[in-house]
Amino acid sequence: MSTATPSNRAKHKPKLELDPIVIRKARSLARKAGAPVVKLARTHTTVSVERAVLRLAGLSGADHDGVPWVNHLVDSVRGEVGLEHGVTTPVFDALRRGEAPDLLTLAQKSAAGSVSFRLPQGREGSAAQSLALRSVKPGMARIDKNRVTRDRLIKRHGDPKQRPWIYLIVATGDIYEDIPQAQTAAREGADVIAVIRSTGQSLLDFVPEGATREGYAGTYATQENFRLMRAALDDVSKELGRYIRLVNYASGLCMPEIATMAGLERLDMMLNDSMYGILFRDINPIRTFVDQRFSRQIHARAGIIINTGEDNYLTTADAVDAAHTVTVSQLMNEYFAKEAGLQDWQLGLGHAFEINPDIPDSFRMELAQALLARQLFPNAPLKWMPPTKHMTGDVFRGYLLDGFFNLVGAMTGQDILLVGMMTEAVVTPFLSDRDLALQNVRYVLNAAGNLSEDFHPPRDGFIQTRARQVLSEAVDLLERIVDDSGEPGSVPLLRAIGDGTFGLMKRPADAGKGLDGVVKRAPGYDNPATTLLEAGDTK
Amino acid sequence: MSKTPDIIRPYGDTTGDGMVQVSFTLPIPHDKLAEGAALQLAAKMGLAPAMLVHAKAMGPDFTFFVVYGSATHLVDLRDVVVIEREFPMLSAKDVNVTIKKLLRRKLVVVGACIGTDAHTVGIDAILNIKGFAGEKGLEYYSEITVVNCGAQVLVPELVARARAEKADAVLVSQVVTQKDAHIHNTMTMSAAFREAYPAGKVPLLVVGGPRFEQGLAGRLGVNRIFGKGTTPGEVASYLVHAMAQTGATTKEQTA
Repeated sequence: MSTATPSNRAKHKPKLELDPIVIRKARSLARKAGAPVVKLARTHTTVSVERAVLRLAGLSGADHDGVPWVNHLVDSVRGEVGLEHGVTTPVFDALRRGEAPDLLTLAQKSAAGSVSFRLPQGREGSAAQSLALRSVKPGMARIDKNRVTRDRLIKRHGDPKQRPWIYLIVATGDIYEDIPQAQTAAREGADVIAVIRSTGQSLLDFVPEGATREGYAGTYATQENFRLMRAALDDVSKELGRYIRLVNYASGLCMPEIATMAGLERLDMMLNDSMYGILFRDINPIRTFVDQRFSRQIHARAGIIINTGEDNYLTTADAVDAAHTVTVSQLMNEYFAKEAGLQDWQLGLGHAFEINPDIPDSFRMELAQALLARQLFPNAPLKWMPPTKHMTGDVFRGYLLDGFFNLVGAMTGQDILLVGMMTEAVVTPFLSDRDLALQNVRYVLNAAGNLSEDFHPPRDGFIQTRARQVLSEAVDLLERIVDDSGEPGSVPLLRAIGDGTFGLMKRPADAGKGLDGVVKRAPGYDNPATTLLEAGDTK
Repeated sequence: MSKTPDIIRPYGDTTGDGMVQVSFTLPIPHDKLAEGAALQLAAKMGLAPAMLVHAKAMGPDFTFFVVYGSATHLVDLRDVVVIEREFPMLSAKDVNVTIKKLLRRKLVVVGACIGTDAHTVGIDAILNIKGFAGEKGLEYYSEITVVNCGAQVLVPELVARARAEKADAVLVSQVVTQKDAHIHNTMTMSAAFREAYPAGKVPLLVVGGPRFEQGLAGRLGVNRIFGKGTTPGEVASYLVHAMAQTGATTKEQTA
């Protein structure tokens, strides 16, 4: 894989003396905590997973009120025969019966209530399923082709010369404003461009259509916006001789559909955290885990790097006391990601510089935590996120804090560095704020990028001890989650989430947004996309 | 120390020097013209003399400037209007005692981030037991029951929750906002509460966030606005003060 091993990884020989037995134990506990959740994901489906399958089969567009046709079709099928067997069997049976010449017409007729669906049995059932499989293959082939194209473009234009890659955010709400801003950011040195989503989008149970010019604190994720931005970044990649990666957000109620659109439009990274939606958006836990597994299977297939959201825990909980919850979440994210087929080079596990700068030794603790993540996940492209919670509005102090954040990133071999803005918590960054922020990053990488060669925290010194302490607290927490004996058949991780173990928020499994979109699979459930994803074959 | 004079100027390194420092960007390429333009702006801003200490091209179309200069404006302290806190600050203990005396039950507070805002830092700082700036949050108060609905709560949901919990006060936070969303969201929220409750029975509506202007409470249809840096203790003290006041008005009306 072109992105498999960062060139400077050799410089990052283990600096902490961690007990390999403790590390193995941590991973095995994560597996133990995660396995029942995976089982849950394999035995349920959601409206959004089913809509994603229809998108792969080529159904797109929306009615004049903006309701996507995939929503109409899934709702109609659900209303008539239920989703327990998957949406595709009744849908492709209807096409076989000549209810409509194609998916779009079928969806339009279903919206008008002039199609009847049934659950075909026996030979008719298998015929519908094989038609469904054939129909989903071109979509999957497009995802595969995009992956090949990306690899070719990276070979042609090249990867960024330095690690960490420099990650910048644009967020105007208007895709046609975002495009020049993104191109400018790339010219100024950004390697990775994230287009922040309109904050309301995570709770929409449909994906908006077309190019959009209005969003709140961000721009809607739509397939057309994805296409426009990727094309613009392809242009600028060519101009700069450096492949510029594009990021969006596979989260919220439409996570599987957005993941699918990312694969179809060759996005390169997707924010995709295992528990973020549950904790911070109050989305139903089961909905999240089912949606997430499908999304991650798509990301694995598409060669997309996921970015996880551990930084968020530290915005609500204390970064010193709750440091181990970040490690636990990283381990869980790793387990769920690998189970879904993602490889190490695709795991942009997150962490952040959020320790209160007023407490003594805060910088040393940041170093310890960053080294711990580096050493626990030596082959993952770690995503290092800047201070937000302790940015006070004093932009001068904030600029210094960002410099120290950059220094930790440089010293500990982080791979993806989200550029901190001194205007964090003040205004959306001015052009000059972004320029200053990039100067800050460049200065630190240039001045201290190779410091990791000289920097070896002494055995049993403050940093080594702190890292070991966080790891052992993480193991303790995982043990509590796994051992916590509830009723037989209950899922310990869900109970922990319900009890407020993470980020201090309590999210019971039988509540939260999107719960009504969760359906238990019946025997004979068929999902041609999952079949292809799990077989790894589209030929 | 002598009495503060009524007229003051900014202080650089000498009393009365008026020195300030500003930075800004002009949408033109960096050349002599741009530097002249920056000095012209400085002069119009009242900086004289002004020193252009730094100019840097940011791409082909923009230039960034740092200017130091002496502000010709004077500040007359007699004309400064300060909105004083209209309620006394109480300790957590006094808050609890007063609630007990006033209500003879717990004070119920429902909090949320509404609209598209997903940033719960503000509401969490006020409500969570962890608190903010060394003060414990409202959850810590034994006589306050806190229901934190979290982020992106829909207004009808918030109204329903407030009714179900028999809320005495509803706290709404709006941190990240664009195109005045915080204003629209707050007005929608207060209108929904007025519609859902009989007149005079609406819970205390309190909004907080860095972008609200003081003095807008009336227009937004809320009882109180809190700005950046508000601590849980201030909110608790305000709630007790406001409950005592509404209690009094209700009695007067019934009498």
